[in-house]
Amino acid sequence: MNRIGVFVCHCGLNIAQTVDVEKLANIISDYPGVVYATNYIYMCSDPGQDMIKEIVKEKKLNGVVVACCSPTMHETTFRNTVASVGLNPYRCEIANIREQCSWVHKDKKIATEKAVEIVKATIEKLKLDKSLIPLSVPITKRALVIGGGIAGIQASLDIADSGYEVVLVERNQSIGGHMLQLSETFPTLDCPQCIATPKMVQVGQHPKIKLLAYSEVEEVSGYVGNFKVKIRRKASFVDWNKCTGCGLCVEKCPVRVPSEFNELLVKRKAIYTLFPQAVPNKPVIDSNNCLYLTKGKCRACEKNCLAKAIDFNQKDTFVEEDVGAIVVATGYDLMDKAEIGEYGAGKYKDVINGLQMERLLCPSGPTEGIPHRPSDGKIPKEIVFIQCVGSRDPEHYYPYCSKVCCMYVVKQAMLYKNVVPDGQAYVFYMDIRCDGKGYEEFLQKGMEENKILYLRGRVSKLFKDGDKIKVWGADTLTGRKIEISADMVVLAMAVVPSKGVKELARKLRITADDYGFLTEAHPKLRPVESLTAGYFLAGAAQGPKDIPDVVAQASGAASKVDSLFSQDVLYHEPIIASVDEEVCVGCGNCVDVCAYDAIELDLRTKKAKVNSAVCEGCGACCAACPSGAMQHNNFSKRQIFEMVDAFVR
Amino acid sequence: MDNFEPKIVGFLCNWCTYAGADTAGTLRIQYPPNIRPIRVMCSGSVDPAYVLWALLRGADGVFIGGCRPGDCHYVNGNYKMRRRVTVLRSILKTLGLGDNRIWVKWVSTSEGKIYANTMSKMTAYIKELGPNPINKYWSI
Repeated sequence: MNRIGVFVCHCGLNIAQTVDVEKLANIISDYPGVVYATNYIYMCSDPGQDMIKEIVKEKKLNGVVVACCSPTMHETTFRNTVASVGLNPYRCEIANIREQCSWVHKDKKIATEKAVEIVKATIEKLKLDKSLIPLSVPITKRALVIGGGIAGIQASLDIADSGYEVVLVERNQSIGGHMLQLSETFPTLDCPQCIATPKMVQVGQHPKIKLLAYSEVEEVSGYVGNFKVKIRRKASFVDWNKCTGCGLCVEKCPVRVPSEFNELLVKRKAIYTLFPQAVPNKPVIDSNNCLYLTKGKCRACEKNCLAKAIDFNQKDTFVEEDVGAIVVATGYDLMDKAEIGEYGAGKYKDVINGLQMERLLCPSGPTEGIPHRPSDGKIPKEIVFIQCVGSRDPEHYYPYCSKVCCMYVVKQAMLYKNVVPDGQAYVFYMDIRCDGKGYEEFLQKGMEENKILYLRGRVSKLFKDGDKIKVWGADTLTGRKIEISADMVVLAMAVVPSKGVKELARKLRITADDYGFLTEAHPKLRPVESLTAGYFLAGAAQGPKDIPDVVAQASGAASKVDSLFSQDVLYHEPIIASVDEEVCVGCGNCVDVCAYDAIELDLRTKKAKVNSAVCEGCGACCAACPSGAMQHNNFSKRQIFEMVDAFVR
Repeated sequence: MDNFEPKIVGFLCNWCTYAGADTAGTLRIQYPPNIRPIRVMCSGSVDPAYVLWALLRGADGVFIGGCRPGDCHYVNGNYKMRRRVTVLRSILKTLGLGDNRIWVKWVSTSEGKIYANTMSKMTAYIKELGPNPINKYWSI
């Protein structure tokens, strides 16, 4: 038996001016199920709330409708009010007669009629509202961090320093990521090896961090607080427990293939470590190029290994980890030069990308910081940088700005001028975007002190002319055509998400945009969370960004993980789907339609089962259910029908 | 016929269109009072049966509002609704129940003005169209 109380708020004059609140309360007091109806000037004020509490107790109400502003304003307020006197908060409903009635209509008679109908429909809904209890789920206070670049390193250290265990998964044999490839970092010109390697060592030695290098996430199941992660540990053919990292095997290996860490500028061996400061500093055998693994002979590394660590029989293994939160920090790649036909489609050796230039300028790189061009090893005297290659080009490639190019081009041109003082650097740009702290000053310094020549315009074509690269461009500020015979050209290629991120996003059930950048829950207000609960985003995987922004976001994601772990149980909104097993025919429509994989079909009973901790409560399955077995808690079909009837009758 | 005031039942998704309708209120944009809003969590939860029910019970129009494409709070509920409505429209056409009485509009939280404009246009359109023919059957 319903004992409903209706409380009509005047909201000062906001409602009372257009809706006859007195009349509204009078009409509603006779409505079936209603035992009490009143009006008051400010329901949300303390006296207003006290009145609701008193009447709930006095009239023994089992449901409350407050006719007031939008539920987004005060639903929580009034639900807490009724909960404080022992009524289930889900037995309190808001009838929105301000934003969607009194504020948008002027005629008092019409607005009052509409308000009456809105309140009646809300009463009909309330009559069938269930007393719901938020679900509580336990939390595994361990985090998984995917990606061991600077974002993953920072997030792992922050979480581990807060006292929670971290599993850090990195697909390469060492953590460090792209940052370790860089020459210097703008705008302070710190050497990344100097500032990042101590952090890498900390990760390697941290008692709370379990580092799984040369591993990839294979499968994720579960939900926020309770994920189960299957991780593939790729066969390295080296027993890392035995390996002492002496490097003799690398020395003896006869195979030479282009080194990915050095952006294919020089060769590496088939057994190799990424770079000298690698963490963990253990080699792996590249099975695609190892002579023994491809042709069945050689074994030079095995013969020379004093620790007997080489194991050609090693297979991929799998480990399972239980974690409560996942930080995705998979980073970026550069767009492939081959995609840009007008700039040589990657065929000219002396047309290189930004990361290759970083390696050439890096004191620990293949040319020890003095750029020698890849074709013949000459030191380039005329060097052209082209910005926005592939970025800000919606017609052909990517519409977005890659954010870091303006700054790294100044830096590279500066470093180049420092080591080749008689050289000339030209930069073709569309706009210069140096919007960080100390960035603009850095640019001005490059232009004034290092005499970098900035030309505003695009380059239409690059082609080989003897041992030079001919650059045809335009200077739109002077309106002239420009032709430069360059020794080397650096393309600031668009920043794109790292390879494989779309498949990973699918495995994790998180969303990525058209380009593969992971989508944040809200671009402004929830920038480090994914829409799927329990997933957090850090670094360039979410969008192009520079190191300070990456570190800030990683720390933000880590603190979100910490605040999740600071709770002992998680409460989950109970407005979710539930199945009436008596009615369910097991067709599986709901399983297909669920965007969260929250429903499974029990193969034995042939009934759908909702995982209440994963269900986000959208109701799509309920609309897809042909039998009516799937119902949305407190948005049931019958409730909607009754509301429609209250309006249309 | 001149004083025909259509009754329009609206299903507004909680995250975008309902909030957009609230924004219209906050901005005090006036629009015809014919809409009767029902808040649902997602436009993707709108069962075609709701629309049929509303039409069979005599509503002159049904409005469904969802998040803009790509912005659905629940990943892709708005697309699910769009597909269902497309199918439903073709069925309604066959039944002679007026597929043009169903209006779908993407309205984001900030788009109070678009919500209000849609309400004005829809109300005028349904007025032009006349009452839901189903109402005649009751009087036969």
